[in-house]
Amino acid sequence: MADLRDLYHDVILEHSKRPRNFRTLEGANCSAEGFNPLCGDHFTVFLQVGDGKIRDISFQGSGCAISKASASMMTQALKGKSTEEAEAFFQKFHDVVTGKNGVESDDLSKLAAFAGVSEFPVRVKCATLAWHALRAALQGEQQAVSTE
Amino acid sequence: MTTATNTVRSAQPAVPADLDVQKLRADFPILRRLVHGKPLVYLDNAATTQKPQAVIDALVSYYTNENANIHRGVHTLSEEATESHEEARGVVQRFLNAAEPREIIFVRGATEGINLVAQTWGRTNVGAGDEIVITAMEHHSNIVPWQMLCEQRAAKLRVAPINDAGELLLDEFEKLLGPRTKLVAIGHVSNALGTVNPIGKIIEMAHRRKARVLVDGAQAVPHIAVDVRALDCDFYAFSGHKVYGPTGIGVLYGKAELLEAMPPYQGGGDMISSVTFEKTIYNHLPHKFEAGTPHVSGAIGLGAAIEYLNAVGIAPIAAHEHRVLDYGTERLQSVPGLRLIGTAKDKAGVLSFVLEGIHPHDIGTILDQEGIAIRTGHHCAQPLMQRFGISATARASLALYNTVEEIDALVTGLHKVQEVFA
Repeated sequence: MADLRDLYHDVILEHSKRPRNFRTLEGANCSAEGFNPLCGDHFTVFLQVGDGKIRDISFQGSGCAISKASASMMTQALKGKSTEEAEAFFQKFHDVVTGKNGVESDDLSKLAAFAGVSEFPVRVKCATLAWHALRAALQGEQQAVSTE
Repeated sequence: MTTATNTVRSAQPAVPADLDVQKLRADFPILRRLVHGKPLVYLDNAATTQKPQAVIDALVSYYTNENANIHRGVHTLSEEATESHEEARGVVQRFLNAAEPREIIFVRGATEGINLVAQTWGRTNVGAGDEIVITAMEHHSNIVPWQMLCEQRAAKLRVAPINDAGELLLDEFEKLLGPRTKLVAIGHVSNALGTVNPIGKIIEMAHRRKARVLVDGAQAVPHIAVDVRALDCDFYAFSGHKVYGPTGIGVLYGKAELLEAMPPYQGGGDMISSVTFEKTIYNHLPHKFEAGTPHVSGAIGLGAAIEYLNAVGIAPIAAHEHRVLDYGTERLQSVPGLRLIGTAKDKAGVLSFVLEGIHPHDIGTILDQEGIAIRTGHHCAQPLMQRFGISATARASLALYNTVEEIDALVTGLHKVQEVFA
C-alpha cells in the first residue's frame, strides 16, 4: 500500500505552503498557461529567456499541493539553466513521477521528492502541470495547455 | 389545472418507516469490498450510485436467457427480449407518472436527452432573437447544448442568478421571462450544491408566458418522487446510473403532443415505418427517437433498479437521506476551517465543501487512503464555481445505503487531512 507520506513529502508540503517565485514576472518574454479542466488547477509560467538561457522564471495561479509545490520547485531548479537543459529536466521529471526511472542527476535531487507520485497515477497530471506550461512557453504555444 | 407545488406523491405516509439500512446494504455487493485495506465508504453517489444485486441479476439473466435483437424478430428470444424492453418502458412511465409509455424515450443518459430536445424541438421552435433561460447552478450538460443551439439559431442564452446559499433568485428568474422566451431549462436538484429548485413554481411562471420547460432530473430521481403530470413539465430527463441502474441508459420524458411534432433525432433502423430512396416515413413514438438497436439490457437493468427503489420506497429513502444529510451538515461544520458550499433551505443528498488552505484534490487523495470515496473538482459546473469564487470543492453525496457512521468516518478522515497539512 502506498504511504501518504510518500506523496506528501515534507519538502512538497513546505513548498505548497510557501511557494517560491510565486509572482508575475516583470520583463517576461514568454509565458504559457497550464490548465487541468478536470480539477480546475490553473497556472501561468513566466520566463525571461536570453541567449538560450532561462534568466528568470516565476509562476502564478492556483491548484493542489502537488501541482503548486511542483511549480515552485521547478522554478528553483531551472533558474539559470539553458533551454536545452530545461527540456532534458522535463523528460527526467516525467520519468520520475511516472516511475520509469530512478533519479540520477544532482540537479534533480530535490525533485526526487516527487517519486512518490508514481504510486498515485491520477496525481501525475498535477505534478506535471507547470512543466507542461513551461514547455509550451518555451515553444511559444499560444493556447493554454491542458493535462487532460 | 393541476397545481404543481408538491412533487412528492400523496401516497407518502406522514412519518415514513425507518429504513433497515444494514439490511439494504447487503443488497449492494460492492459495499463489502475493502479499499486500501479499509471498508469502502462510498460517498460519490451524485457521480454514480452502486448497483443492487437485483440489477446485476437482471443484466445477467437477460444475457443468459433472453438476448436477441428487438422489434424485428419472429423468434421466441426476440419476442421475449422485446417484451422485457417494453415492460421496462412501462416501469419508467409509472415511475414518472407519465400518461403513456410512448412518452418515455430511452436515451444514453440525461445528457443525450437534453441534446435530443435541443437539436429537434430546439431547431424547429427556436429562431433568431429568441431566448432560452437557464440558471447559474446548471451542470455543463444543461448549459452547452443550449449554447450550441443558440449559436446555430442566433438565439440568446439568459442565466438566472442565485444567492450565496445557492438558491435560485425567483424574482430575478421571473424578470428574465419575456415574449421571446421559448424555453426554460433547469436542474431539479443541483449536482454541485444539492439545492432543490422549486420547479413547480418555475413551470407555472414559464407556462404563463407560453415558454416550454425542460427539467434536468439527473440528481432528483434517486431522492424525490417525480410526477411529470402534476408538475406539468414539458420535458424531463434523467440518467439510469444515478438511480441504481446501469450506465449508458437514461430517459427523456416528453409530452406526446410535443414529441409528435418534433423531427427525429438520428436516422437509422427502428425509427422508420418505410424507406424508399425517394421518401422515408418515420416510425411512431417512441421509436421515432430510438434509431438503431437500443441498449436493451440497460433498459431492463433500469427497470429492475426502479422496481428496487419502489420496493424500498422513495419516501423512507428521502427521510433517511435527510437524516444523514442533517447529521453531516452539523458534523462537517464542527471541522475547523470547513465551509459548506450550498446551504439552501431545501436540499437533497449533497455536502459540498472547501477546507481552508487545503485543495479539494488533496482532500480526495488522503480520504481515498482511508477507503472514503468522494468527488473533488468543479463538478462539471465551472460557471457555478466562478459564482462562489472557488475553483473546486470536495463533495460527499448520499444514497439510500449511507449511514451516520460513514459521516463520522468522513469527519475523522478530514481531521487526518488536516494533520497531514498541519
